[in-house]
Amino acid sequence: MNNLNVAKIQLNGDSYEINNGTNLSKLLNKLKIQTNKVAIEVNGEIIERNKYQNLILNKDDKVEIVHFIGGG
Amino acid sequence: MEDIFTIANKNFNSRLIVGTGKYKNFEETANAVKASGAEIVTVAVRRVNILNKDQPILMDYLDPKSITYLPNTAGCYSSEEALRTLRLAREMGGWRLVKLEVLGDKKTLYPNMIETIKSTEVLVKEGFEVMVYCTDDPIMTKKLEDSGACAIMPLGAPIGSGLGIQNKMNIKLIKEQSVVPVIVDAGVGTASDATIAMELGCDGVLINTAIAEAKNPILMAYAMKHAVIAGRKAYKAERMKKRKYGSASSPQSNLI
Repeated sequence: MNNLNVAKIQLNGDSYEINNGTNLSKLLNKLKIQTNKVAIEVNGEIIERNKYQNLILNKDDKVEIVHFIGGG
Repeated sequence: MEDIFTIANKNFNSRLIVGTGKYKNFEETANAVKASGAEIVTVAVRRVNILNKDQPILMDYLDPKSITYLPNTAGCYSSEEALRTLRLAREMGGWRLVKLEVLGDKKTLYPNMIETIKSTEVLVKEGFEVMVYCTDDPIMTKKLEDSGACAIMPLGAPIGSGLGIQNKMNIKLIKEQSVVPVIVDAGVGTASDATIAMELGCDGVLINTAIAEAKNPILMAYAMKHAVIAGRKAYKAERMKKRKYGSASSPQSNLI
């Protein structure tokens, strides 16, 4: 079913539905992710933290949210 | 007497760097790090688990304000992947001091030095301070140093193998010719291996698996701390000369 108000993006490799017009800040909010503990790439480009608010996500955007985990 | 360990103009007291992978949980990780006395820990960059947001995160257990995080590029097999990873790490919190590791083979986890040197050059240009995991080949480590690496980190043996330092002569040669710190990264299996690395003159040791996979990781972390200190002090003390035959320790005169 096509819903005009939602768009599908690729979030960390999986399909994810967002409302049209969602910006990065809103997405993080919804995911309950603290911005100071992650870094984000949209379509292969690193997005600076102060640009989250203004970056509106579009259909098929590839979003990667990463953080630090244990490693050697 | 103070014996400060300096990397990229930052001073440290501990010459042991520990990895934070392979532990049972973050609590064990934090306890092992504490027991090791390490002031620098390596960390990996990975995707956030979107579905399970309640999972604990490393930063809640190891505060990056009180311990130096050294983001690594573990699992990267090309310069492109490694650069992407470290640029993301820098964005996360301004980390400029990083560990570069570009692997060339999935079985041995041996470094791909061509990609490693290429990546070092780019990262240095971008303002990173790059500590580089590398082969124990003195020609390659010289090239890395010329490319601007802030520390040379040759393997003692393959990552996670615990085989100990396989080519002591090379490690010694690398230390002798290097201006930047030389840190044995990978291959340490137990405390004596760490001591040997330090006795060879290395400036530090990086250990993960030998601590994490010990039956008692906290106790092994403590052992490693002391092994590194012992090796360093023995190196500074300058060991006795080896002799072919015995030399009595008690005076030979006035025997009864």
